[in-house]
Amino acid sequence: MKIAICVKAVPEAAAPRRIDPQSKRLDRSGELTLNPFDVYAVEEGLRQRHAAGGGEVVVVSMGPERAAEALRRALALGADRAVLVSDDALAGSDILATSRVLAKALEREQPDLILLGQQGEESVGAVLWAALAERLRLPCVSQAAELTIAGGMATVERQTEFGYDTIGAPLPAVIAVSDAINQPRYPSLKGIMAAKSKPLERLTLAELGLDANEVGEAGSRTTVRALGEPSKRGGARIVEDGDGVRAILDFLVERSLV
Amino acid sequence: MKALVFLEHHQGALQRDSLGVLGLAARLGATDAVLAGEGVRDLAAEAAAHGAATVLVTEDAAFAAPLPQPRVELIAKLVEECGYDSVVLANTVLSADVAAGLAARLEAGLNWDLTGLRLDGDELVGERPALQDSVLVDVGWSGTPRIALIRTGSCEPKRRDGESAVENVAVELPEHALAARMVEQAHAKAEGPKLEEADVIVAGGRGLGTAEGFELCEELAAALGGAVAATRAVVDAGWYAYSAQVGQTGKTVAPKLYIAAGISGAIQHKVGMQGSGTIVAINRDRHAPIFEFCDLGVVGDVQDVLPRLTELVRQRRNGG
Ligand SMILES: Cc1cc2nc3c(=O)[nH]c(=O)nc-3n(C[C@H](O)[C@H](O)[C@H](O)COP(=O)(O)OP(=O)(O)OC[C@H]3O[C@@H](n4cnc5c(N)ncnc54)[C@H](O)[C@@H]3O)c2cc1C
Ligand SMILES: Nc1ncnc2c1ncn2[C@@H]1O[C@H](COP(=O)(O)O)[C@@H](O)[C@H]1O
Repeated sequence: MKIAICVKAVPEAAAPRRIDPQSKRLDRSGELTLNPFDVYAVEEGLRQRHAAGGGEVVVVSMGPERAAEALRRALALGADRAVLVSDDALAGSDILATSRVLAKALEREQPDLILLGQQGEESVGAVLWAALAERLRLPCVSQAAELTIAGGMATVERQTEFGYDTIGAPLPAVIAVSDAINQPRYPSLKGIMAAKSKPLERLTLAELGLDANEVGEAGSRTTVRALGEPSKRGGARIVEDGDGVRAILDFLVERSLV
Repeated sequence: MKALVFLEHHQGALQRDSLGVLGLAARLGATDAVLAGEGVRDLAAEAAAHGAATVLVTEDAAFAAPLPQPRVELIAKLVEECGYDSVVLANTVLSADVAAGLAARLEAGLNWDLTGLRLDGDELVGERPALQDSVLVDVGWSGTPRIALIRTGSCEPKRRDGESAVENVAVELPEHALAARMVEQAHAKAEGPKLEEADVIVAGGRGLGTAEGFELCEELAAALGGAVAATRAVVDAGWYAYSAQVGQTGKTVAPKLYIAAGISGAIQHKVGMQGSGTIVAINRDRHAPIFEFCDLGVVGDVQDVLPRLTELVRQRRNGG
């Protein structure tokens, strides 16, 4: 079975988040790491490869050249190969442009199963998979908390507002997994060493047959008009040192909550 | 604005958030609503009472299961044939997938997680909280149609008077749109306590480490006379009952005191508990988003903090 996993490089969690007032977009200039939510997709891909008795796991990403490090991490975890679509023209791509690029990259791969993570760490309740599935004209299931592949069918257990659904879809299919689907492994030293010599292919727009005006801001249909003032918070009290337990009790007593 | 609102329904009732979104769109301009499923025609009157000028109804077995792809086909056809310039949906699991498929299908801009919509002349403006809700960003669309997903819980449904029409619509579905099948719908996993009525909730997340870790929450909850809640991450993993889940796809609660133990504070969790009177968070990661919206945060290990806190609460209750 051939499994493609869409992964994204995101700013490191500890880095302070800011929106660049000029571009009005998230400042991504710092270090990038593998999106923590995509680690579950990678893990699931590795498990499904194992369950199928073999096959290939390829991670596919659209991002700046600095994203290569994040892809190395996926390779260290056990993916066989990585594809990075990188081009200056891609900056500012929204879901329309991003899905267009990833769909082209995935068409070249012709996988049996396409996995995505639950969301970008810096974005909320993302929906890229559905756009991707529409472009590829493939069935799509999101929020998968359990995934079983048998007889060319994917069966997914997933939660909605009303309880748990069981959904079946024939392969090839696009499945977005939740962050509870598995417990990801950590890369082994051997894996990290092996990753250095695994193939990491770079693709340009031209190689995907795309034009610069189909991607980036030109190929997007959403805009950021204005940034509001940061909201003034009530100001949480954060106890880092000293007796946090006593601090909680005192606080509860002060507010007559105990 | 000529808008179309997609209405979700479950067990013979229109979803509250869909009705709220319908009201929001109707305040901005002429708004129709689309309703698809089996045996849904009777719901049209309710949609009309919430602001739909015309309710477009598709009665079709292919729409019986709440799966997104047939709905993408239906709405795409309506937008193309009737010239809607905007499609507005509540940001639910189903509708989010419908909206994104529709965006790709119509090459239309999609803005999600909006908490408000307004018109600036002819231009539609979406209000989106960003960076852990610390900044409000105004987002827009270039060209039409424009697709907007509204965060659940951000608009209240309101009844209004007015005439409305009901029309039947149908669509042919391509193979890929019918490929995914519902095997079993909306089966809940285990029953549990009534969370909505509790004054005190001790909620646990993945930071508890294991299913057994929940005993720490149960003991603290017992000492405080409260109930235990959980995040989706631990419910999906089978550590705790779905009936105890708080958040977008779980319950919405507003106790006097909400203690979040080993919970990162994802937006989808926050929407279910942000109305709590006092929020206390315990997390070992100083950068956890929950520290941005709690009243008191303690950076520490739940394995250490919870048992000692339980002990202190017990002592105090026993007059110590
Ligand atoms: C459509 C959709 C709907 C969703 N609906 C919901 C919903 O209804 N409810 C919900 O909760 N989520 C929901 N989610 C999921 C949500 O995005 C998060 O994935 C989830 O809330 C994370 O749960 P968590 O905080 O338990 O886990 P994590 O995000 O993994 O956080 C665990 C936290 O524990 C801390 N920690 C670890 N060990 C310790 C320790 N020993 N001591 C102290 N702290 C520790 C870590 O620092 C971390 O911050 C939804 C997501 C989507 C996409
Ligand atoms: N630039 C990208 N390259 C590859 N995959 C991506 C990219 N952006 C998002 N994804 C995938 O889409 C999911 C949702 O991400 P997002 O839309 O950023 O919230 C992620 O978990 C990834 O699997």
